[in-house]
Amino acid sequence: MSSAVVVFPGSNCEHDVVYALRSIGAEAELVWHRDTDLSDFDRIVLPGGFAHGDYLRTGAIARFSPVMDEVQRFADEGRPVLGICNGFQILCEAGLLPGVLLQNRDLRFICRPIHVRVEENRSILTRAAEVGQVLTIPLNSYEGNFTATPQEFDELERRGQIVLRYCGPAGTIDEAANPNGSMGNAAAVINGGGNVAGIMPHPERAIEDLLGSSDGRVLLESFATAEAAVV
Amino acid sequence: MNITVRVRRRPSIADPAGSAVSKALRDLGYDQIASVRIDRTIRMTIDETDPEAAKLKVREMCERLLANPVMEDFEIEIEE
Repeated sequence: MSSAVVVFPGSNCEHDVVYALRSIGAEAELVWHRDTDLSDFDRIVLPGGFAHGDYLRTGAIARFSPVMDEVQRFADEGRPVLGICNGFQILCEAGLLPGVLLQNRDLRFICRPIHVRVEENRSILTRAAEVGQVLTIPLNSYEGNFTATPQEFDELERRGQIVLRYCGPAGTIDEAANPNGSMGNAAAVINGGGNVAGIMPHPERAIEDLLGSSDGRVLLESFATAEAAVV
Repeated sequence: MNITVRVRRRPSIADPAGSAVSKALRDLGYDQIASVRIDRTIRMTIDETDPEAAKLKVREMCERLLANPVMEDFEIEIEE
């Protein structure tokens, strides 16, 4: 089981993702956004950064990179696909996840540890966690405000596709705990099939106590060991 | 042929940049400002002589790349 970590021009978190996956005993390699053969891998990560400079709209150009045909195929085949931060934005632009990430409500770039609560644990991202568990992981983004049409959002709620929500230190989900204005305090969502996940904060930056938290490990472990077509 | 595409954020979607500019204008003393929205203009020259064909092509470009239908509408103007 090996993860392909895609590098777009402007990605900047790919090395941290590979390091983090290897530190939990998983295999991971970098692939360039023009690679079209991912047959050596069984899961894909789209890491954080500023793919194509975020020009036009964040993720708008990256979604047409040659590698995205493989990402689409993996998604269709029920294989695990994880988008972190910019990766989440790219998956939304590609239509592999619903909704869009807009500018943060307060128009500030947010760079600090935040808390999220695990809302369900049947997805590739949260399988190894407990429902109700509170995790502390860093947020580092300007366009992290998750928005969807009312109908799409209702469906996400109904089907339990919001798997992590921003919360207070004790797990309270409210406006005060919402750093960027995301609908429903959504910090991570999954697709209908449960095999594609987008997460705004950075689990790969919370894998060692030296970094201030190792709460990201359980999320990466969930992803690295997920079988295809979980839900 | 010169084409102008205007990409506008849908009215139901918040425009924090517009709000920030609106507040800045009011702080400068322009208290008649009721609201500000900031849109995007994309100007293209394309190798096409038939305006209908151009419009169709550009519409396709808007739907695929230039506008995100979840949050944006677009308008195409052909300079003949």
